[in-house]
Amino acid sequence: MALLQLSEPGQTPDPHQRRIAVGIDLGTTHSLVASVRNGVAECLPDAQGRVLLPSVVRYALDPAGAVTREIGFDALSVQLDDPKNTIASVKRLMGRGMQDIVSRAQLPYELVDKPGMVAVRTVAGEKSPVEVSAEILATLRYRAEDTFNDDIFGAVITVPAYFDDAQRQATKDAAHLAGIKVLRLINEPTAAAIAYGLDNASQGVYAIYDLGGGTFDISILRLSQGVFEVVATGGDSALGGDDYDRALVDWVLVKTGLAADTLTAGDKAALLQAARASKEALSAMDSVAFSARLVRANIQFDMKAADFEAATASLTQRTLTAVRKALRDAQLGKDDVQGVVLVGGSTRMPQVRRAVAGFFGREPLTNLNPDEVVALGAAVSANQLAGNHSGNDLLLLDVIPLSLGIETMGGLVERIVPRNQTIPTAMAQDFTTYQDGQTALALHVVQGERDLVADCRSLARFELRGIPPMVAGAARIRVTFTVDADGLLSVSAKEQGSGVEARIDVKPSYGLSDDDIARMLQESFSTAQQDMQARALAEAQVDADRMLLATQSALAADGDLLVADEKLEIDRLMAELSSTRQQGDAAQIEAAVKALADATENFAAQRMNRGIRQALAGKNIATV
Amino acid sequence: MASLQSNDFELFDVPVQFGQDSAALDARWKELQREAHPDKFAAQGAAAQRLAMQWSVRINEAYQRLKNPLKRAMYLCELHGAPIEAESNTAMPPEFLVQQMHWREALEDAEGIAHLEAIADQAITSKREQLSKIEHSLDREKNFPAAAQQVRSLMFIERFGSEIDARIDSLGQ
Repeated sequence: MALLQLSEPGQTPDPHQRRIAVGIDLGTTHSLVASVRNGVAECLPDAQGRVLLPSVVRYALDPAGAVTREIGFDALSVQLDDPKNTIASVKRLMGRGMQDIVSRAQLPYELVDKPGMVAVRTVAGEKSPVEVSAEILATLRYRAEDTFNDDIFGAVITVPAYFDDAQRQATKDAAHLAGIKVLRLINEPTAAAIAYGLDNASQGVYAIYDLGGGTFDISILRLSQGVFEVVATGGDSALGGDDYDRALVDWVLVKTGLAADTLTAGDKAALLQAARASKEALSAMDSVAFSARLVRANIQFDMKAADFEAATASLTQRTLTAVRKALRDAQLGKDDVQGVVLVGGSTRMPQVRRAVAGFFGREPLTNLNPDEVVALGAAVSANQLAGNHSGNDLLLLDVIPLSLGIETMGGLVERIVPRNQTIPTAMAQDFTTYQDGQTALALHVVQGERDLVADCRSLARFELRGIPPMVAGAARIRVTFTVDADGLLSVSAKEQGSGVEARIDVKPSYGLSDDDIARMLQESFSTAQQDMQARALAEAQVDADRMLLATQSALAADGDLLVADEKLEIDRLMAELSSTRQQGDAAQIEAAVKALADATENFAAQRMNRGIRQALAGKNIATV
Repeated sequence: MASLQSNDFELFDVPVQFGQDSAALDARWKELQREAHPDKFAAQGAAAQRLAMQWSVRINEAYQRLKNPLKRAMYLCELHGAPIEAESNTAMPPEFLVQQMHWREALEDAEGIAHLEAIADQAITSKREQLSKIEHSLDREKNFPAAAQQVRSLMFIERFGSEIDARIDSLGQ
């Protein structure tokens, strides 16, 4: 039972000091939102008490021709009636071009080939996967806001470890569109480890096997005193429970002699639903009645667990191949692994559990609900990043899942950041010109493990212009790749002799431009429910509060680093920001926040230096 | 006192030498990241984040270089005025080149995983021997030009090792 909390007189906590931070698991089949309440992470239920939100959005037109949306269970319940406008498993489309989506023929809805990322054709027009994901995120955001009756400060959103730059960027864009401040993108397996690690105080090497609806991830983590070090990660961003459903449908088609090209969109959706229902039932039983009502025929027969296992064995094998590769990357053997954690609803399939247990020679941990564990871990991380949690800090040291490089002569890839490099990181390589008098250089940024550009994902193209004319090979162009803690890349190029520079945040070819985002924000129904201006003001005020609190606590901790004049200036700017905050003009508040940020930049640098020095000093004392 | 301009050894507060305690490097890395990681400043302004990012990147860079014996040896040679310059300096002792040729022939002829793993074992043994020679040159004799030559040989051995790995990978094991 939770006890009422009483404060000392005069010490009532400022309600603004408690920041509502949530963890969101944006899943292929289900999404969840969780938060730390009274020190415990828990998933937040909707008004009907359900924590899972099916990741399904249906677009429709009302009699007046206005666009309406149904999200979650409402959309799921009409999926069979309106398959073309009901978008499920949109996560598989995030940051993906048409050629990336191998199973598109089986999708009940229609894809449109667009530069960079596909869209879905609906009665409400073409919908980007980012917009569809934003509907789901906004629904979870409202759920959290209703639960706490307050605005949320920010969210940690989880992504598969194997997501590439384009997929991560698309996820962040969706959050932006849903009006959510992203504190951090963290990898799903890492989030799961946080949930387990804190509860069980585990130490040592752990393997996190995460088979979700549409993605498979394997991460090898080393845990020690609150540090979650990802040693290696691997997987397949297009392999999940959906594929088991589809493999089962294929098996049923062969068994019944039905040809796939005679099926209507409704037939396809009905078969997939029946396959999913059978799969779920077979987690607890040895056989189940498979039943699907199609336009031309009704299918009904007894399905055995062994049939299902045989029909999907190659998928399970594919996951184990990725596990072997990750262990090799980590330079560890199976015996070094002290525990295996199963995450994702698809790990409920008995054949998957058996395969994993057989491979590692030990029973995997399953004591946390595999559907909830990722959201719970994300909530713990969000709570800490928002500054609510003191002491017992977590430190997440993540890696980049796929190598980054640039195209060189002959369509070959020169690798600049190798996969499994700890982030944040910056790595550079020097290039030169190949023609006399060459004044520009085209740079093509790619991600992937293959040697040919054609086999890797194209992330961005940009040009360095204005190189002084020189003989071939004389220019020295340093290309620097910087990957931040979210795994997002920016690239800069500089000619060392002349100092000519160019840089790009990697977005254009697979992300959305700022204009796209602005347009979608305008069009979005979920976000338009709130007045845009009011929202801008609320966001500016949250920023102002955050900045004021951060500065106050910095002054309390390290105010002695400042000379009197600096302190006075910072005090003045804080007072100004406090009064501007009350006046209700978003632009003015933003300007005042920026002024304070600029004025405290040097202070922040000094504090950081002190922190590092203290870390060094601590060691010296310990070793004396 | 550590700053962004400190060399890797200063930043990690470890002796400037080849021999290192890898567990101590790991612990140090985590200690430093605890102070500097951008997540620690997630609730603060953009300026603090940017600085934290610079520190965190710098700490990771130093850690990568210190914990990898080849990179650490190259770095020590450079710090002591004996840069590796692998592209322009390709002269190798003849007996080393002969050994390399034998290995490559063996790799070309190798069939199946057992063969490849046997070659991989040879390469690992040779790498270990080369590393102990390098440690002797760097830490005992302080002969940095000699160490640089040994590092260049080690680079050949490492490249050969990754070619074996690629072959093993291509067998789908």
